Amino acid sequence: MQEIRFHGRGGQGAVVGSETLAHAFFLEDKFVQAFPAFGVERRGAPVMAFCRVDDTPINLRNQIYEPDHIVVLDSSLLETVNVTEGLKKGGCVVINGRRPGQYYRSKIGEDFKVFLVDAGRIAVEHGLGSVTNPIVNTAILGAFAKATGLVSIEAVEKAIMEYVPVKRDGNRLAARAAYEKAKAI
Amino acid sequence: MRQVIKGNHAVSHGVRLSKVKVISAYPITPQTTIVEELSEMCASGALDAKFIKVESEHSALAALIGSATAGVRSFTATSSQGLLLMHEVLHWVCGARLPIVLANVNRAVGAGWNIWADQTDSISQRDTGWIQIYCESNQEVLDSVIMAYKLAEKLMLPVMVSYDAFFLSHTSEVVDIPDQDTVDQFLPPFEPPHKVDFADPRMFGGMIGPEIYYEERYCIHKDAMAAIKTYSEICQQFQEAFGREYALAESYMVDDAEIIVVTAGTITSVARIAVRKAREKGIKLGLMKLRLFRPVPYELWRGILGGVNKVVVIDRNLIGGVGGAFVSEIRSALFPLEKRPVVYSAIAGLGGRDVTPADVLGIVEHVASGKADVDTPIFWGLKE
Repeated sequence: MQEIRFHGRGGQGAVVGSETLAHAFFLEDKFVQAFPAFGVERRGAPVMAFCRVDDTPINLRNQIYEPDHIVVLDSSLLETVNVTEGLKKGGCVVINGRRPGQYYRSKIGEDFKVFLVDAGRIAVEHGLGSVTNPIVNTAILGAFAKATGLVSIEAVEKAIMEYVPVKRDGNRLAARAAYEKAKAI
Repeated sequence: MRQVIKGNHAVSHGVRLSKVKVISAYPITPQTTIVEELSEMCASGALDAKFIKVESEHSALAALIGSATAGVRSFTATSSQGLLLMHEVLHWVCGARLPIVLANVNRAVGAGWNIWADQTDSISQRDTGWIQIYCESNQEVLDSVIMAYKLAEKLMLPVMVSYDAFFLSHTSEVVDIPDQDTVDQFLPPFEPPHKVDFADPRMFGGMIGPEIYYEERYCIHKDAMAAIKTYSEICQQFQEAFGREYALAESYMVDDAEIIVVTAGTITSVARIAVRKAREKGIKLGLMKLRLFRPVPYELWRGILGGVNKVVVIDRNLIGGVGGAFVSEIRSALFPLEKRPVVYSAIAGLGGRDVTPADVLGIVEHVASGKADVDTPIFWGLKE
């Protein structure tokens, strides 16, 4: 089983991101589970969402405390939230950010793989949200596919076309662009 | 067709496939998305039903008294305070012998204000005469709604299908959504024995005196107890039609068990993992999943639990001044046995607190060690 934890801010679409990723895994014949951190979300406040994937039905129903991989939708969270808490050694941290890679590496430390993509810029280029409030939850999934190799970009694109409620083509192309631009640091 | 959907949408699909004709509901977290989806189905034409908006849960269920008396399949959904506000009407629906199905997303009751998983809401309505079923997965939620109509209409008694807030209601997982033809064959149209009919006028809900009220209540009890046999048959028919197996209470690895843990709802899934871990550690643990809670399947529980040394019941509810609700019923069911297991009680997961396989294993190890006190619940994870 692989467990993935999303960190975002209320309104950024972390929940839909985790659900779309689950959908992509499902398209590759996996058993999946996606759920939000059960809270009373407020716009802008730190939120979490979770995704589990396995080859057999999933009986675990508690929140994810020791994820295999982390997705960070807003790199400013690195200042206030310990996003790597419980992350298994060697796990991927997929970050949406636009600073130099060294900055994120110094924040995350050396125990994990770090993949960086400017998903905010990609989102805006594809008409997803605004410069001040880009919607990055689909672009980041492309970067996740590149970083982990757990799911194909084709499955991510198909999941977006089937699952995301609006601007499907823009979201799909954003995921593809982020897949191509995500870099290990 | 297999899809990744939330527990609440599994209910909506179950209602759509059951060809419900009237839906009336009032929004409350975490139930709301059930009826949101249903209202969209009504608007799009995917479901040919009347959606009645009301100003309270009391009115939501009261509206269904009308529709069910008129002879059409009726549905509502609620949670927590919403279910409590229905309390008076719950009794009436049962007494009026209306086969309404209600989905209750198990949520804690206030005060303090808490929207998370806890069984206290439906537990507090256990004596209203409604049949109660507790579910463990989104698939089971969908299937249980369809089976609930078959059971309700066979016995002319209402059925409440309950499942955990967020752990199912807002969790997406793979669900096989049955096709309409198969459901139609399994669940034929509702043909009530009596309904509002101008050609055949009757009185509904009139006054009945001491000379007949007792007999009315006896009939409710007798028919509720008949649900045990009827529901077993329905589960069998469901398996034949859809290939999925359900029981009134499911036993898992109990054949050689020395301890059996009893759970309801999603703690069951977690307990399945705990059973395997316990066995790796040499503890012969089995699991009984409590599914049908009203009527109480006394014989079935005795058959599964009667032969072991120790039983521990995990309640995601706590009745002040009593303890866990499920453990009380299990103890009462086992009491007539000449030789009966020692039944321990554990309280866990209240108000949505996470219950992990390690928690279940910890409870079981505490019981296995002989340190647990049978007179006091194990308040697992309680902060001092």
